[in-house]
Amino acid sequence: MNTAARTGGGRRLLGLLRKEWLQILRDPSSIAIAFVLPVALLLLFGYGVSLDSKHVPVGIVIEQPGAEAASFAAAFGESPYFAPRIYSTRQAARAALRAQELDGFVVVPADFAHRLKGEGAAPIQVIVNGVNANSGRLLAAYVQGAWSTWLARELAARRVPIHEPVAAEPRIWFNPQVRSQNYLVPGLLVVNMTLVGALLTALVFAREWERGTLEALMVTPVSLREILLGKLLPYFALGIGGMALSVLMALYLFEVPLRGSLWVLVACSTLFLLAALGMGLLISIVARSQFVAGMFALLATFLPAFLLSGFLFDIDSMPAVVQAITYLFAARYFVAILQTLFLAGDVWGVILPNAAALAAIAAFFLGLSRRLLHKRIE
Amino acid sequence: MSVSPLIAEGLRKTFQSAGRTVTALDGLSFAMVPGGGVTGLIGPDGAGKTTLMRLAAGLLVPDAGRIHCIGLDATRESLAVQAAVGYMPQRFGLYEDLTVQENLELYADLQGLPPAERGARYARLAEMTGLGPFVGRLAGRLSGGMKQKLGLACTLVRPPRLLLLDEPTVGVDPVSRRELWAIVYRLVDEEGLAVLLSTAYLDEAERCSDVILLDRGRLVDQGPPGAFSAPLRGRTFLVRGADASARRALQARLAAHPGVLDAVLQGEAVRIVTTEAVAPDRLASGIEATCEAVSPRFEDGFVARLKDAGAPGELELPRVDALRRTPGDAIEVEGLTKRFDGFTAVDALTFAVHAGEIFGLLGANGAGKTTTFRMLCGLLPASAGRLRVAGVDLRHAAAEARGRIGYMSQRFSLYGNLSVRQNLEFFARTYGLRGARVRERLAWAFAAFELAELADAEAGALPLGYRQRLAMAAALLHEPDILFLDEPTSGVDPLARREFWGRIYALAEGGVTVLVTTHFMEEAEYCDRLVIMAAGALLAIGTPSEVKAQAARDGTPAPTMEEAFIRLIERREAA
Repeated sequence: MNTAARTGGGRRLLGLLRKEWLQILRDPSSIAIAFVLPVALLLLFGYGVSLDSKHVPVGIVIEQPGAEAASFAAAFGESPYFAPRIYSTRQAARAALRAQELDGFVVVPADFAHRLKGEGAAPIQVIVNGVNANSGRLLAAYVQGAWSTWLARELAARRVPIHEPVAAEPRIWFNPQVRSQNYLVPGLLVVNMTLVGALLTALVFAREWERGTLEALMVTPVSLREILLGKLLPYFALGIGGMALSVLMALYLFEVPLRGSLWVLVACSTLFLLAALGMGLLISIVARSQFVAGMFALLATFLPAFLLSGFLFDIDSMPAVVQAITYLFAARYFVAILQTLFLAGDVWGVILPNAAALAAIAAFFLGLSRRLLHKRIE
Repeated sequence: MSVSPLIAEGLRKTFQSAGRTVTALDGLSFAMVPGGGVTGLIGPDGAGKTTLMRLAAGLLVPDAGRIHCIGLDATRESLAVQAAVGYMPQRFGLYEDLTVQENLELYADLQGLPPAERGARYARLAEMTGLGPFVGRLAGRLSGGMKQKLGLACTLVRPPRLLLLDEPTVGVDPVSRRELWAIVYRLVDEEGLAVLLSTAYLDEAERCSDVILLDRGRLVDQGPPGAFSAPLRGRTFLVRGADASARRALQARLAAHPGVLDAVLQGEAVRIVTTEAVAPDRLASGIEATCEAVSPRFEDGFVARLKDAGAPGELELPRVDALRRTPGDAIEVEGLTKRFDGFTAVDALTFAVHAGEIFGLLGANGAGKTTTFRMLCGLLPASAGRLRVAGVDLRHAAAEARGRIGYMSQRFSLYGNLSVRQNLEFFARTYGLRGARVRERLAWAFAAFELAELADAEAGALPLGYRQRLAMAAALLHEPDILFLDEPTSGVDPLARREFWGRIYALAEGGVTVLVTTHFMEEAEYCDRLVIMAAGALLAIGTPSEVKAQAARDGTPAPTMEEAFIRLIERREAA
């Protein structure tokens, strides 16, 4: 009996794989999840979400026209970051800010030219709409930058002794233009693959429970290992396909550089996908209903991958408790790996520990799925 | 083969359900008769039939006791058992997005059928099941009967040594049922297969060579079907009243008689089982009727055995009053037609249902019964034809008509996590009842359906028979003139079905018109009049006796309802 079971094992697995593959081909939903969903997400977020500000509507209040004030205002007009509008009174600018026509305004006081040459407090006032704290902070920094640039130019042109601050000269490594796409797109790949991996498998067992096909499968001499492999392998192939498509889009559409090696990318993606698929399998085995499994897969993968992976929000600035929670999600490790691989290169000190964590998570989910799936229906 | 294919020793199995322990099997011991043949597994709902099947297939672990399947311990050697046994669960899960052939191939791979043997086996199964012309069709596109046959073919793809069939004929029409049985008999005859088959249809028990009767997890009796009915010889009679239209009154009187164990309608007569062999004239004293001795059926033996075993005794019929009577015909249908995308589901039906009548709607799966029902309830607009329900034209005043009808769907449509009282209150409000009227109708429902003790129990945790009562009570809260029942007794055991029909009779006596669909042919006998439908058209209409007479021919002048049904459908297909 035992030898018979063993020789039949290969055929049984092949039979299951063929069945799953036929189902995938006939039911377009898994293909949509694997290929359409990542493309849509990547396009939506890759183009739609940008943390760079350009053409920010900013007001400039010139209380008393003069050469210095005009030159200062002109400096704003040259910058690609601002779309300046000139006002003559603070009241007018304030009204425009309230009407949300402006994100902020700069007041050039009546004694601007006088105070510029003298000593004392900063001669301009910056008022920023703080409703959106993030863009407000960014605007303040930009105005600061524009002010120092103008000052430096004034200094060089006129050789007037102006109160000169210490000049800081920033260098930004790995992403010199500070293109937000360069670090957002690798992070998006992680969000995509978490969602795709978990959704693909979250629905499959639940579907078989719902349709009663699992009970019919269980009374054949098929082993649980064969059932799990029969589910895992086809969806792994789909998931890797979706990942490849996303990487191609990242490289050629968003022009993100890939500085690490391809084989490391493939190896790490495999580990991550196994973790995501394993999580989906576990959800599916426990939930037994497609609706519950789908909802849970969304909650347990998408939100943590978005909020807790460090792709949008810096993990080091989170409270300690939240930081501790991020260690539970595979997305965190894969974000670290992908950002390094794309922007820095094969930095083994980053890649190896994170890959080990991914392998551990994958082993945990797959092992637990195997333990929770019984050939008994209680 | 002299070893029994299935032996149970002191089997015990309990489940935890909503904090309570439910005992499914309670020290069950039996051995299937050695050799091939069909053993019937019979018993009321909750007798433990499905649990026994799953234990035999190694899908459950018993709390105590042992179960041996073809000489193997089904619990400890479950993989070996699963390789040698064919098991078709109640809901056999076919992969609906795979074709017939692909489903067969999957199960051939899983069962390890060597490729060399496949061609011959597929051909044989296709020939037996009649699936040959459909091998390329998606399983999801097959009719209900065809799906059932494909499920059977998948379990048989590698010839098993024991075949376990869990209610394979539930919800299947008589024609498909007969075909399924023909397949099972051929397997027994040609392959010497041993089959254990559970069923809720008692007429099927008579086709088995041996019957195991379970009740509440225990063995009541085991033996050939004849042994169940034999003790009733001389105790079964057909009683005919002088006035055929008063047959329900006669049935009620006979049922209340202390010497009568069971009384059911059969055509214009009442079939009774007496508590002891008495001369028919003694029994009929005081009742104007003629008595005719008939030979006992398995069903008589079943009911007698369970009533002896202490199953719920005589039931008190609910009092139904204050129900209005619609003058004239309750339902008038003329040329009723429904088309879906070029496919005609209902084709020019014309019939009328008299007020206070029990009217049956019979037909094979896919004959258009449910579609007709939905149109009559105003849930689905008709494509053509005239439709008056409770004197109202459904085309113009569907909402008004709906207020005068009650509808009980196949799945009972109750809120499982609300209590009995909450369910009733909810339905009362949806029907627009307010204040004192709600309290009054709830009190009526609790009394008439004996639900008072269960008022605070969760509806989902009730046994099937009680859920059925609750669903019926909910459909009657607004005192409808017409009650629609869509397969109300599917999956319900014979005792609960008798009780349910008792309530339907009481309603009809109270003037309510009842429309009912059913797959049980003996229930067709309970109707005042009925129609038989096939492929959306009407094949026969009339009283049960008239319908049977339409199917009579030289060989069988008095066919049973099932024979009549099958013959009418065959006659149509031949035409």
